[in-house]
Amino acid sequence: MTVSVSPRLLLDDVAVGDELPALDYDVSATTVVLGALATRDWRPMHHDKDFAVYRNGTQDIFLNTPNQAAWFERYLTDWTGPHGRLGRVTFRMKGSVFPGDTMSLRGVVESTEVDEVDCGFVNVAVTLSVAGDTKTTCAARIALPRSADDNPWARSGERWLPSPVRP
Amino acid sequence: MTEAPHGPDALDLIGQEQYHEVGEFPVEQGYIWTSCASVENGNPLFWDPEVAGALTGGPVAPPSMVSVWFRPHHWAPGRTEEALPLQVHFDLKEQLGLPEAVMTDNTIEFHTPVRIGDVLRTHQVLRSVSEEKTTKLGTGRFWVIDVVYANQDGELVAGESYTGFGYRRAEA
Repeated sequence: MTVSVSPRLLLDDVAVGDELPALDYDVSATTVVLGALATRDWRPMHHDKDFAVYRNGTQDIFLNTPNQAAWFERYLTDWTGPHGRLGRVTFRMKGSVFPGDTMSLRGVVESTEVDEVDCGFVNVAVTLSVAGDTKTTCAARIALPRSADDNPWARSGERWLPSPVRP
Repeated sequence: MTEAPHGPDALDLIGQEQYHEVGEFPVEQGYIWTSCASVENGNPLFWDPEVAGALTGGPVAPPSMVSVWFRPHHWAPGRTEEALPLQVHFDLKEQLGLPEAVMTDNTIEFHTPVRIGDVLRTHQVLRSVSEEKTTKLGTGRFWVIDVVYANQDGELVAGESYTGFGYRRAEA
């Protein structure tokens, strides 16, 4: 059986300066440990508070990088729907996210483009912050369909260029 | 500048492919759900086989999980050495005598989708090691490590680049 799935968001629906829906999430020790296990990151600073405090010198256990990548992906595809296909993400870690923090994800569309093989891309600047302090930034390039019957996932080889050519 | 005791060893490996590895187990649905649950990701691509069938020709893994498939389970029968992902990072800590380390930057480009049953392979390339620098964490060095991921058919699935900072904690 073939089902037809309509895109939630098309490239033409998006304009520079658009804000993505906000996501606020209360981080607990469970959040941190779930994230560490889900990424098979067994390093103790992501599950052992004594190690984090006395060995690493941080205030508590903290979210690991691969799990933050999963949070950013979820945030972006909550907005695009399943047609959205990540091309490239760049994370910059500026501070840690601890149990008790409310992490706030916010995103702004920085540019839109149709690349040399006619694929639509949106460049989004996403910020993960706690009480106004930026903890991680994510520059994401995500493909969106250009029409109701377009599907970025159908692209491969020379028709899928996840990273723009740098001048 | 004072030369680090084992600096030259680490620097000699810049640009060389290291640690060619094959994933310990195939990409599996259960871990995809574990990952999605950890961040409450309800993307139907990972939960609804009909949506996955229509858009991606069958189930795929979340792109951001690509490095997960190389992180070993905490224990495996017969394994005697602790297996560490991103081994080049840990080699540098040891060779440069820097007991603590954090990742500061991470870029990932996603190519061919990862599918259930794929057995992925990877290798690491050390790109650069900085001079000694002092940050609020302590004194140490920044390094850049590339990780290349391919599937069992040799198709590139992702390219990743990490910036790490290995350091000695500042005296209180």
